[in-house]
Amino acid sequence: MICIGFEGTAHTFGVGIATSEGEILANESETYDPKEGGIHPREAAQAHSENARKVLDRAIKKAGINPREEIDLVSFSQGPGLGSCLRTVATAARALSVWLDIPIIGINHCIAHIEIGRMTEKSDDPVTLYVSGGNTQVIAFDGGRYRIFGETLDTALGNCLDTFARKVGLPHPGGPRIEKLAEEGKNLAELPYSVKGMDLSFSGLTTEASRKYENEDIKLEDLAYSLQETAFASVVEVTERAVAHTGKDEVMLVGGVAANRRLREMIRLMTQEQDASFYVPSMEFCADNGAMIAWNGILAHESGLHQNIKNTEIRQRWRTDDVNIPWRKE
Amino acid sequence: MSIYLGGKSKLPIIKKGAEANLILKDFEEVMYPYNVEKVLIKHRISKDYRVDNLDRKLRSYRTSLEAKLLSDAKRAGVPTPTVYRVDRKEMSLIMEYIKGKAVKEFLEKIDPNARKNLCETIGVQIARLHSFGIIHGDLTTSNMIRSEDEKKIYFIDFGLGEYNSTVEARGTDIHLLHRTLDSTHFKVSEESFKAVLKGYRYKMGERSEQIIRRVEEIERRGRYVEKEKRQG
Repeated sequence: MICIGFEGTAHTFGVGIATSEGEILANESETYDPKEGGIHPREAAQAHSENARKVLDRAIKKAGINPREEIDLVSFSQGPGLGSCLRTVATAARALSVWLDIPIIGINHCIAHIEIGRMTEKSDDPVTLYVSGGNTQVIAFDGGRYRIFGETLDTALGNCLDTFARKVGLPHPGGPRIEKLAEEGKNLAELPYSVKGMDLSFSGLTTEASRKYENEDIKLEDLAYSLQETAFASVVEVTERAVAHTGKDEVMLVGGVAANRRLREMIRLMTQEQDASFYVPSMEFCADNGAMIAWNGILAHESGLHQNIKNTEIRQRWRTDDVNIPWRKE
Repeated sequence: MSIYLGGKSKLPIIKKGAEANLILKDFEEVMYPYNVEKVLIKHRISKDYRVDNLDRKLRSYRTSLEAKLLSDAKRAGVPTPTVYRVDRKEMSLIMEYIKGKAVKEFLEKIDPNARKNLCETIGVQIARLHSFGIIHGDLTTSNMIRSEDEKKIYFIDFGLGEYNSTVEARGTDIHLLHRTLDSTHFKVSEESFKAVLKGYRYKMGERSEQIIRRVEEIERRGRYVEKEKRQG
Protein backbone atom coordinates (compact mmCIF):
# COMPACT_ATOMS: atom_id res chain seq x y z
CA MET A 1 0.00 0.00 0.00
CA ILE A 2 1.02 3.62 -0.47
CA CYS A 3 0.55 6.28 2.20
CA ILE A 4 0.89 10.03 1.84
CA GLY A 5 1.90 11.77 5.05
CA PHE A 6 1.58 15.42 6.05
CA GLU A 7 3.90 16.93 8.65
CA GLY A 8 3.37 20.36 10.15
CA THR A 9 3.84 20.62 13.90
CA ALA A 10 6.14 23.64 13.88
CA HIS A 11 8.02 25.59 11.21
CA THR A 12 8.33 22.82 8.60
CA PHE A 13 5.57 21.74 6.27
CA GLY A 14 6.38 18.38 4.70
CA VAL A 15 4.76 15.82 2.45
CA GLY A 16 6.15 12.29 2.28
CA ILE A 17 5.07 9.23 0.35
CA ALA A 18 5.92 5.74 1.63
CA THR A 19 5.12 2.16 0.69
CA SER A 20 4.43 -0.86 2.92
CA GLU A 21 7.85 -2.15 1.96
CA GLY A 22 9.47 0.85 3.60
CA GLU A 23 10.35 2.58 0.40
CA ILE A 24 10.27 6.37 0.60
CA LEU A 25 9.02 7.56 -2.80
CA ALA A 26 9.09 11.25 -1.94
CA ASN A 27 9.97 13.53 0.96
CA GLU A 28 9.40 17.20 0.15
CA SER A 29 9.19 20.19 2.45
CA GLU A 30 9.19 23.96 2.86
CA THR A 31 10.36 25.67 6.00
CA TYR A 32 9.07 28.96 7.31
CA ASP A 33 11.91 31.22 8.43
CA PRO A 34 10.94 34.10 10.67
CA LYS A 35 12.51 37.41 9.57
CA GLU A 36 13.21 38.18 13.19
CA GLY A 37 12.47 36.61 16.56
CA GLY A 38 11.26 33.05 16.97
CA ILE A 39 8.50 31.12 15.26
CA HIS A 40 5.23 33.03 15.27
CA PRO A 41 2.56 30.29 15.30
CA ARG A 42 0.05 32.18 13.16
CA GLU A 43 2.61 33.20 10.58
CA ALA A 44 4.00 29.67 10.45
CA ALA A 45 0.50 28.30 9.83
CA GLN A 46 -0.05 30.93 7.15
CA ALA A 47 3.18 29.88 5.46
CA HIS A 48 2.11 26.21 5.61
CA SER A 49 -1.20 26.92 3.95
CA GLU A 50 0.55 28.89 1.20
CA ASN A 51 3.12 26.12 0.67
CA ALA A 52 0.77 23.15 0.95
CA ARG A 53 -0.24 22.85 -2.70
CA LYS A 54 3.27 23.45 -3.99
CA VAL A 55 4.88 20.83 -1.72
CA LEU A 56 2.10 18.31 -2.38
CA ASP A 57 2.49 18.66 -6.14
CA ARG A 58 6.25 18.31 -5.86
CA ALA A 59 5.96 15.14 -3.78
CA ILE A 60 3.50 13.50 -6.15
CA LYS A 61 5.62 14.37 -9.15
CA LYS A 62 8.76 13.04 -7.44
CA ALA A 63 7.03 9.78 -6.51
CA GLY A 64 5.75 9.41 -10.05
CA ILE A 65 2.40 8.05 -8.98
CA ASN A 66 -1.13 8.66 -10.09
CA PRO A 67 -2.65 10.22 -6.96
CA ARG A 68 -6.23 9.36 -7.87
CA GLU A 69 -5.52 5.66 -8.16
CA GLU A 70 -2.37 4.73 -6.30
CA ILE A 71 -2.66 6.40 -2.88
CA ASP A 72 -4.37 4.17 -0.30
CA LEU A 73 -4.03 6.16 2.90
CA VAL A 74 -3.53 9.70 4.22
CA SER A 75 -1.70 10.32 7.49
CA PHE A 76 -0.93 13.57 9.24
CA SER A 77 0.87 14.90 12.32
CA GLN A 78 -1.99 15.13 14.80
CA GLY A 79 0.24 16.39 17.62
CA PRO A 80 2.03 17.49 19.66
CA GLY A 81 2.85 20.91 18.25
CA LEU A 82 1.70 24.46 17.62
CA GLY A 83 -2.09 24.58 17.44
CA SER A 84 -2.42 26.78 14.39
CA CYS A 85 0.10 24.71 12.40
CA LEU A 86 -1.52 21.42 13.40
CA ARG A 87 -4.95 22.68 12.35
CA THR A 88 -3.70 23.82 8.96
CA VAL A 89 -2.07 20.49 8.22
CA ALA A 90 -5.02 18.49 9.52
CA THR A 91 -7.28 20.46 7.20
CA ALA A 92 -5.11 19.64 4.20
CA ALA A 93 -5.03 15.94 5.13
CA ARG A 94 -8.79 15.73 5.68
CA ALA A 95 -9.47 17.44 2.36
CA LEU A 96 -7.30 14.94 0.51
CA SER A 97 -8.85 12.01 2.36
CA VAL A 98 -12.38 13.12 1.41
CA TRP A 99 -11.45 13.99 -2.15
CA LEU A 100 -9.71 10.66 -2.81
CA ASP A 101 -12.19 8.76 -0.62
CA ILE A 102 -9.42 6.94 1.28
CA PRO A 103 -8.89 6.42 5.03
CA ILE A 104 -7.14 9.00 7.22
CA ILE A 105 -5.04 8.45 10.31
CA GLY A 106 -3.49 10.87 12.82
CA ILE A 107 0.08 10.21 13.89
CA ASN A 108 2.08 11.21 16.95
CA HIS A 109 4.96 13.35 15.75
CA CYS A 110 7.49 12.18 18.37
CA ILE A 111 6.86 8.51 17.69
CA ALA A 112 7.09 9.07 13.94
CA HIS A 113 10.64 10.36 14.52
CA ILE A 114 11.55 7.09 16.25
CA GLU A 115 9.83 4.82 13.73
CA ILE A 116 11.44 6.35 10.64
CA GLY A 117 14.83 6.05 12.34
CA ARG A 118 14.26 2.40 13.29
CA MET A 119 13.32 1.70 9.68
CA THR A 120 16.08 3.58 7.82
CA GLU A 121 18.86 2.71 10.29
CA LYS A 122 17.66 -0.86 10.90
CA SER A 123 17.70 -0.26 14.63
CA ASP A 124 15.66 -2.78 16.57
CA ASP A 125 14.98 -1.42 20.03
CA PRO A 126 16.85 1.81 20.77
CA VAL A 127 16.86 4.26 23.62
CA THR A 128 16.03 7.41 21.66
CA LEU A 129 17.22 10.90 22.45
CA TYR A 130 14.84 13.25 20.67
CA VAL A 131 16.10 16.82 20.67
CA SER A 132 14.59 19.64 18.64
CA GLY A 133 13.36 23.20 18.97
CA GLY A 134 10.17 22.05 20.65
CA ASN A 135 10.98 18.70 22.24
CA THR A 136 13.59 17.12 24.50
CA GLN A 137 12.80 13.55 25.52
CA VAL A 138 14.61 10.32 26.30
CA ILE A 139 12.32 7.55 25.11
CA ALA A 140 12.44 3.76 25.25
CA PHE A 141 9.94 1.03 24.44
CA ASP A 142 8.76 -0.81 27.53
CA GLY A 143 5.59 -2.74 28.29
CA GLY A 144 3.81 -1.96 25.03
CA ARG A 145 4.43 1.77 25.02
CA TYR A 146 7.10 4.30 24.26
CA ARG A 147 7.93 5.46 27.77
CA ILE A 148 9.50 8.79 28.55
CA PHE A 149 12.47 8.11 30.81
CA GLY A 150 13.47 11.73 31.06
CA GLU A 151 12.35 15.01 29.57
CA THR A 152 12.74 18.73 29.91
CA LEU A 153 10.70 20.40 32.59
CA ASP A 154 10.70 23.71 30.77
CA THR A 155 12.12 24.68 27.38
CA ALA A 156 13.56 22.36 24.74
CA LEU A 157 17.27 22.02 24.01
CA GLY A 158 16.95 23.55 20.53
CA ASN A 159 14.97 26.42 21.95
CA CYS A 160 17.68 27.03 24.54
CA LEU A 161 20.33 27.36 21.79
CA ASP A 162 18.11 29.46 19.51
CA THR A 163 17.03 31.82 22.28
CA PHE A 164 20.61 32.44 23.33
CA ALA A 165 21.58 33.03 19.70
CA ARG A 166 18.84 35.67 19.36
CA LYS A 167 19.90 37.33 22.63
CA VAL A 168 23.43 37.80 21.32
CA GLY A 169 22.20 39.01 17.94
CA LEU A 170 22.85 35.96 15.76
CA PRO A 171 20.37 35.52 12.89
CA HIS A 172 17.97 32.58 12.58
CA PRO A 173 18.60 29.65 12.70
CA GLY A 174 20.76 30.05 15.78
CA GLY A 175 21.79 26.46 16.48
CA PRO A 176 24.29 26.01 13.61
CA ARG A 177 25.82 29.42 14.35
CA ILE A 178 26.30 28.55 18.00
CA GLU A 179 27.94 25.30 16.91
CA LYS A 180 30.36 27.16 14.65
CA LEU A 181 31.28 29.67 17.38
CA ALA A 182 31.68 26.90 19.95
CA GLU A 183 34.39 25.29 17.83
CA GLU A 184 36.54 28.36 18.53
CA GLY A 185 35.81 28.39 22.28
CA LYS A 186 37.94 26.66 24.89
CA ASN A 187 37.33 28.26 28.30
CA LEU A 188 34.43 26.80 30.20
CA ALA A 189 32.28 29.42 31.91
CA GLU A 190 30.26 28.26 34.87
CA LEU A 191 26.63 27.72 33.87
CA PRO A 192 23.84 25.94 35.74
CA TYR A 193 23.85 22.20 35.09
CA SER A 194 20.36 20.94 35.69
CA VAL A 195 19.62 17.23 35.88
CA LYS A 196 16.81 16.52 38.33
CA GLY A 197 16.51 12.81 38.76
CA MET A 198 15.93 11.81 35.15
CA ASP A 199 14.54 15.16 34.08
CA LEU A 200 16.22 18.19 32.58
CA SER A 201 15.88 21.94 32.70
CA PHE A 202 17.32 24.53 30.32
CA SER A 203 15.61 27.82 31.10
CA GLY A 204 18.11 28.79 33.80
CA LEU A 205 20.95 27.93 31.46
CA THR A 206 19.68 30.26 28.73
CA THR A 207 19.13 33.06 31.22
CA GLU A 208 22.54 32.73 32.85
CA ALA A 209 24.39 32.51 29.53
CA SER A 210 22.60 35.66 28.32
CA ARG A 211 23.32 37.43 31.60
CA LYS A 212 26.99 36.56 31.36
CA TYR A 213 27.09 37.88 27.80
CA GLU A 214 25.67 41.22 28.89
CA ASN A 215 27.52 41.67 32.16
CA GLU A 216 30.78 39.80 32.01
CA ASP A 217 33.81 40.03 29.84
CA ILE A 218 33.61 36.59 28.26
CA LYS A 219 34.24 35.93 24.61
CA LEU A 220 31.13 34.88 22.70
CA GLU A 221 33.02 31.83 21.41
CA ASP A 222 33.68 30.71 24.97
CA LEU A 223 30.06 31.27 25.97
CA ALA A 224 28.77 29.29 22.99
CA TYR A 225 31.21 26.52 23.87
CA SER A 226 30.15 26.54 27.53
CA LEU A 227 26.47 26.54 26.63
CA GLN A 228 26.87 23.53 24.34
CA GLU A 229 29.13 21.56 26.67
CA THR A 230 26.87 22.09 29.68
CA ALA A 231 23.54 21.50 27.94
CA PHE A 232 24.73 18.51 25.92
CA ALA A 233 26.41 16.85 28.91
CA SER A 234 23.07 16.88 30.71
CA VAL A 235 21.07 15.25 27.88
CA VAL A 236 23.81 12.66 27.33
CA GLU A 237 23.88 11.86 31.03
CA VAL A 238 20.13 11.23 31.17
CA THR A 239 20.35 9.10 28.01
CA GLU A 240 23.18 7.10 29.56
CA ARG A 241 21.13 6.47 32.69
CA ALA A 242 18.21 5.27 30.57
CA VAL A 243 20.55 2.87 28.75
CA ALA A 244 21.89 1.53 32.04
CA HIS A 245 18.41 1.26 33.51
CA THR A 246 16.72 -0.46 30.58
CA GLY A 247 19.70 -2.61 29.60
CA LYS A 248 19.11 -1.82 25.93
CA ASP A 249 22.14 -1.86 23.64
CA GLU A 250 21.14 0.69 21.00
CA VAL A 251 20.96 4.47 21.15
CA MET A 252 19.36 6.64 18.49
CA LEU A 253 19.60 10.39 18.14
CA VAL A 254 16.77 12.20 16.32
CA GLY A 255 15.36 15.70 15.90
CA GLY A 256 16.80 18.91 14.51
CA VAL A 257 19.58 19.25 17.11
CA ALA A 258 20.91 15.86 15.92
CA ALA A 259 22.65 17.88 13.20
CA ASN A 260 25.11 19.13 15.82
CA ARG A 261 28.47 17.37 15.43
CA ARG A 262 29.58 17.88 19.02
CA LEU A 263 26.39 16.32 20.35
CA ARG A 264 26.89 13.34 18.05
CA GLU A 265 30.46 12.94 19.24
CA MET A 266 29.41 13.01 22.90
CA ILE A 267 26.76 10.35 22.37
CA ARG A 268 29.20 8.24 20.40
CA LEU A 269 31.64 8.37 23.35
CA MET A 270 28.87 7.50 25.79
CA THR A 271 27.68 4.52 23.73
CA GLN A 272 31.24 3.22 23.52
CA GLU A 273 31.44 3.24 27.31
CA GLN A 274 28.08 1.51 27.57
CA ASP A 275 28.81 -1.02 24.80
CA ALA A 276 25.83 0.16 22.79
CA SER A 277 25.44 0.84 19.06
CA PHE A 278 24.73 4.38 17.99
CA TYR A 279 22.39 5.43 15.18
CA VAL A 280 21.57 8.80 13.63
CA PRO A 281 19.22 8.87 10.64
CA SER A 282 20.26 11.15 7.76
CA MET A 283 19.15 14.72 8.38
CA GLU A 284 16.42 14.36 5.75
CA PHE A 285 14.71 11.92 8.14
CA CYS A 286 16.07 13.36 11.38
CA ALA A 287 14.55 16.83 11.11
CA ASP A 288 10.77 17.25 10.78
CA ASN A 289 9.65 15.55 7.56
CA GLY A 290 6.59 14.10 5.84
CA ALA A 291 8.14 10.68 5.16
CA MET A 292 8.14 9.75 8.84
CA ILE A 293 4.44 10.57 9.10
CA ALA A 294 3.71 8.51 5.95
CA TRP A 295 5.74 5.52 7.21
CA ASN A 296 4.13 5.61 10.65
CA GLY A 297 0.74 5.84 8.91
CA ILE A 298 1.47 2.53 7.23
CA LEU A 299 2.62 0.89 10.47
CA ALA A 300 -0.52 2.05 12.28
CA HIS A 301 -2.95 1.15 9.50
CA GLU A 302 -1.48 -2.28 8.85
CA SER A 303 -1.61 -3.14 12.55
CA GLY A 304 -5.34 -2.50 12.49
CA LEU A 305 -5.66 1.07 13.74
CA HIS A 306 -8.43 2.97 11.99
CA GLN A 307 -9.72 6.44 12.57
CA ASN A 308 -12.98 8.11 11.68
CA ILE A 309 -12.41 11.52 10.12
CA LYS A 310 -14.65 12.93 12.85
CA ASN A 311 -12.02 11.93 15.40
CA THR A 312 -9.13 13.69 13.76
CA GLU A 313 -9.14 16.80 15.93
CA ILE A 314 -5.62 17.94 16.69
CA ARG A 315 -3.86 17.04 19.96
CA GLN A 316 -1.55 19.88 20.86
CA ARG A 317 -0.18 18.21 23.99
CA TRP A 318 -0.33 14.59 22.91
CA ARG A 319 2.17 12.68 25.04
CA THR A 320 4.54 10.07 23.66
CA ASP A 321 3.53 7.60 26.37
CA ASP A 322 -0.15 8.06 25.59
CA VAL A 323 -0.05 6.27 22.23
CA ASN A 324 -0.94 2.64 21.59
CA ILE A 325 1.79 0.85 19.66
CA PRO A 326 0.17 -2.32 18.24
CA TRP A 327 2.83 -2.64 15.54
CA ARG A 328 5.48 -3.59 18.10
CA LYS A 329 5.53 -6.70 20.25
CA GLU A 330 5.66 -6.19 23.99
CA MET B 1 46.05 9.99 51.13
CA SER B 2 44.08 8.57 48.31
CA ILE B 3 43.55 5.01 47.33
CA TYR B 4 44.27 3.69 43.93
CA LEU B 5 41.09 2.79 42.08
CA GLY B 6 41.75 3.40 38.46
CA GLY B 7 43.02 1.46 35.53
CA LYS B 8 42.13 -2.04 34.48
CA SER B 9 43.27 -3.74 37.69
CA LYS B 10 41.02 -6.47 38.99
CA LEU B 11 39.11 -4.73 41.72
CA PRO B 12 36.20 -6.42 43.40
CA ILE B 13 33.61 -4.20 41.75
CA ILE B 14 30.30 -5.34 43.18
CA LYS B 15 28.12 -3.04 41.15
CA LYS B 16 28.66 -1.08 37.96
CA GLY B 17 26.31 1.84 37.63
CA ALA B 18 25.92 4.50 34.95
CA GLU B 19 27.46 7.04 37.28
CA ALA B 20 29.54 5.13 39.79
CA ASN B 21 31.10 1.78 40.62
CA LEU B 22 30.80 0.16 44.01
CA ILE B 23 33.95 -1.52 45.27
CA LEU B 24 34.33 -3.70 48.35
CA LYS B 25 37.67 -3.58 50.20
CA ASP B 26 39.15 -4.59 53.51
CA PHE B 27 38.78 -1.90 56.11
CA GLU B 28 42.42 -2.19 57.14
CA GLU B 29 43.69 -1.76 53.65
CA VAL B 30 41.88 1.54 53.16
CA MET B 31 41.68 2.96 56.65
CA TYR B 32 43.67 1.64 59.63
CA PRO B 33 43.80 -1.56 61.69
CA TYR B 34 40.42 -2.03 63.29
CA ASN B 35 37.96 -4.80 63.85
CA VAL B 36 35.67 -3.85 61.02
CA GLU B 37 35.97 -6.16 58.07
CA LYS B 38 34.98 -4.28 54.97
CA VAL B 39 34.45 -0.85 53.55
CA LEU B 40 32.39 0.09 50.55
CA ILE B 41 33.87 2.53 48.10
CA LYS B 42 31.59 4.43 45.78
CA HIS B 43 33.71 5.70 42.97
CA ARG B 44 32.18 8.22 40.57
CA ILE B 45 33.62 7.48 37.17
CA SER B 46 34.97 10.04 34.78
CA LYS B 47 33.02 10.44 31.55
CA ASP B 48 34.84 10.84 28.26
CA TYR B 49 31.93 12.74 26.77
CA ARG B 50 32.21 15.62 29.24
CA VAL B 51 34.96 18.22 29.06
CA ASP B 52 37.47 17.78 31.82
CA ASN B 53 36.62 20.62 34.16
CA LEU B 54 32.87 20.09 33.94
CA ASP B 55 33.44 16.39 34.60
CA ARG B 56 35.56 17.10 37.69
CA LYS B 57 33.17 19.76 38.95
CA LEU B 58 30.13 17.49 38.72
CA ARG B 59 31.80 14.46 40.28
CA SER B 60 33.31 16.48 43.08
CA TYR B 61 30.05 18.29 43.84
CA ARG B 62 28.01 15.11 43.81
CA THR B 63 30.49 13.20 45.94
CA SER B 64 30.41 15.79 48.72
CA LEU B 65 26.66 16.31 48.39
CA GLU B 66 26.04 12.60 48.83
CA ALA B 67 28.31 12.49 51.89
CA LYS B 68 26.41 15.38 53.42
CA LEU B 69 23.03 13.81 52.66
CA LEU B 70 24.11 10.50 54.20
CA SER B 71 25.27 12.11 57.41
CA ASP B 72 22.31 14.51 57.65
CA ALA B 73 19.93 11.59 57.14
CA LYS B 74 21.58 9.90 60.09
CA ARG B 75 21.09 13.06 62.15
CA ALA B 76 17.44 13.02 61.11
CA GLY B 77 17.17 9.57 62.66
CA VAL B 78 17.36 7.40 59.57
CA PRO B 79 19.95 4.60 59.55
CA THR B 80 22.47 5.18 56.74
CA PRO B 81 26.00 3.91 56.15
CA THR B 82 28.58 5.91 58.08
CA VAL B 83 30.83 7.91 55.79
CA TYR B 84 34.46 7.30 56.75
CA ARG B 85 36.09 9.54 54.21
CA VAL B 86 35.27 11.81 51.29
CA ASP B 87 38.01 11.54 48.72
CA ARG B 88 37.53 14.43 46.32
CA LYS B 89 40.70 13.61 44.48
CA GLU B 90 39.60 10.14 43.48
CA MET B 91 35.94 11.24 43.59
CA SER B 92 35.10 8.47 46.03
CA LEU B 93 33.08 8.00 49.14
CA ILE B 94 34.49 5.48 51.57
CA MET B 95 31.74 4.23 53.80
CA GLU B 96 30.43 1.53 56.03
CA TYR B 97 29.47 -1.68 54.29
CA ILE B 98 26.00 -2.64 55.47
CA LYS B 99 25.53 -6.37 55.70
CA GLY B 100 21.98 -7.48 55.39
CA LYS B 101 19.20 -8.11 52.95
CA ALA B 102 17.59 -5.66 50.58
CA VAL B 103 13.88 -5.18 51.26
CA LYS B 104 13.36 -6.09 47.62
CA GLU B 105 14.43 -9.67 48.34
CA PHE B 106 12.01 -10.46 51.15
CA LEU B 107 9.03 -8.09 51.11
CA GLU B 108 6.63 -10.73 49.78
CA LYS B 109 8.07 -13.54 51.86
CA ILE B 110 7.39 -12.25 55.36
CA ASP B 111 4.05 -12.57 57.13
CA PRO B 112 1.52 -9.74 56.61
CA ASN B 113 1.95 -8.30 60.08
CA ALA B 114 5.71 -8.09 59.81
CA ARG B 115 5.30 -6.56 56.37
CA LYS B 116 2.93 -3.95 57.74
CA ASN B 117 5.40 -3.02 60.48
CA LEU B 118 8.26 -2.88 58.05
CA CYS B 119 6.38 -0.61 55.66
CA GLU B 120 5.25 1.68 58.46
CA THR B 121 8.88 2.01 59.54
CA ILE B 122 9.83 2.87 55.98
CA GLY B 123 7.09 5.52 55.94
CA VAL B 124 8.30 6.97 59.24
CA GLN B 125 11.86 7.12 57.93
CA ILE B 126 10.83 8.88 54.73
CA ALA B 127 8.97 11.42 56.88
CA ARG B 128 12.11 11.94 58.96
CA LEU B 129 14.13 12.67 55.82
CA HIS B 130 11.50 15.04 54.49
CA SER B 131 11.16 16.88 57.80
CA PHE B 132 14.91 17.44 57.65
CA GLY B 133 14.65 18.91 54.16
CA ILE B 134 16.11 15.84 52.46
CA ILE B 135 14.83 14.15 49.31
CA HIS B 136 16.26 10.68 48.74
CA GLY B 137 15.58 10.73 45.01
CA ASP B 138 15.61 6.98 44.40
CA LEU B 139 13.40 5.28 46.97
CA THR B 140 13.32 1.74 45.62
CA THR B 141 13.19 -1.41 47.70
CA SER B 142 16.71 -2.30 46.57
CA ASN B 143 17.95 0.87 48.26
CA MET B 144 16.60 -0.24 51.64
CA ILE B 145 18.59 -2.82 53.57
CA ARG B 146 17.57 -4.69 56.70
CA SER B 147 20.50 -5.13 59.08
CA GLU B 148 21.53 -8.67 60.01
CA ASP B 149 20.07 -8.33 63.50
CA GLU B 150 16.82 -7.30 61.75
CA LYS B 151 16.54 -4.21 63.93
CA LYS B 152 17.26 -1.47 61.46
CA ILE B 153 16.26 -0.51 57.94
CA TYR B 154 19.15 1.29 56.29
CA PHE B 155 18.51 3.71 53.45
CA ILE B 156 21.38 3.66 50.97
CA ASP B 157 22.39 5.37 47.72
CA PHE B 158 21.62 9.06 48.00
CA GLY B 159 23.22 9.64 44.61
CA LEU B 160 20.08 11.27 43.20
CA GLY B 161 19.25 13.02 46.46
CA GLU B 162 18.93 16.72 47.15
CA TYR B 163 17.95 19.29 49.74
CA ASN B 164 14.45 20.31 48.82
CA SER B 165 11.39 21.00 50.93
CA THR B 166 8.77 21.56 48.25
CA VAL B 167 5.54 19.56 48.18
CA GLU B 168 6.32 18.51 44.60
CA ALA B 169 9.73 17.05 45.48
CA ARG B 170 8.36 15.20 48.49
CA GLY B 171 5.43 13.91 46.48
CA THR B 172 7.70 12.68 43.70
CA ASP B 173 9.93 10.94 46.24
CA ILE B 174 6.98 8.97 47.64
CA HIS B 175 5.56 8.33 44.21
CA LEU B 176 8.81 6.65 43.14
CA LEU B 177 8.42 4.16 45.95
CA HIS B 178 4.82 3.56 44.94
CA ARG B 179 5.93 2.90 41.39
CA THR B 180 8.55 0.39 42.59
CA LEU B 181 5.98 -1.39 44.74
CA ASP B 182 3.57 -1.57 41.78
CA SER B 183 6.13 -2.93 39.36
CA THR B 184 8.33 -5.12 41.57
CA HIS B 185 5.98 -6.16 44.37
CA PHE B 186 2.60 -6.02 42.69
CA LYS B 187 1.10 -8.79 44.82
CA VAL B 188 1.54 -6.85 48.04
CA SER B 189 1.77 -3.37 46.56
CA GLU B 190 -1.50 -1.97 47.80
CA GLU B 191 -1.25 -3.05 51.44
CA SER B 192 2.43 -2.12 51.55
CA PHE B 193 1.90 1.36 50.20
CA LYS B 194 -0.99 1.90 52.58
CA ALA B 195 1.28 1.03 55.49
CA VAL B 196 4.03 3.31 54.17
CA LEU B 197 1.56 6.19 54.06
CA LYS B 198 0.32 5.36 57.56
CA GLY B 199 3.86 5.63 58.92
CA TYR B 200 4.47 8.78 56.90
CA ARG B 201 1.29 10.44 58.20
CA TYR B 202 2.12 9.46 61.76
CA LYS B 203 5.52 11.13 61.66
CA MET B 204 4.77 14.03 59.33
CA GLY B 205 1.51 15.12 60.95
CA GLU B 206 -0.89 17.47 59.23
CA ARG B 207 1.58 18.45 56.53
CA SER B 208 1.37 14.94 55.12
CA GLU B 209 -2.13 15.41 53.68
CA GLN B 210 -1.05 18.00 51.15
CA ILE B 211 1.91 15.83 50.14
CA ILE B 212 -0.16 12.67 49.75
CA ARG B 213 -2.67 14.59 47.66
CA ARG B 214 0.25 15.67 45.47
CA VAL B 215 1.35 12.04 45.07
CA GLU B 216 -2.11 11.24 43.73
CA GLU B 217 -1.96 14.24 41.43
CA ILE B 218 1.46 13.21 40.10
CA GLU B 219 0.11 9.76 39.40
CA ARG B 220 -2.81 11.16 37.45
CA ARG B 221 -0.45 13.01 35.13
CA GLY B 222 -0.22 10.95 31.99
CA ARG B 223 3.30 9.65 32.19
CA TYR B 224 2.87 7.82 35.44
CA VAL B 225 -0.38 6.03 34.78
CA GLU B 226 0.00 2.30 34.37
CA LYS B 227 -0.86 0.95 31.00
CA GLU B 228 -3.72 -1.24 32.26
CA LYS B 229 -5.49 1.75 33.71
CA ARG B 230 -5.09 3.71 30.52
CA GLN B 231 -6.43 1.51 27.84
CA GLY B 232 -10.05 2.38 28.46
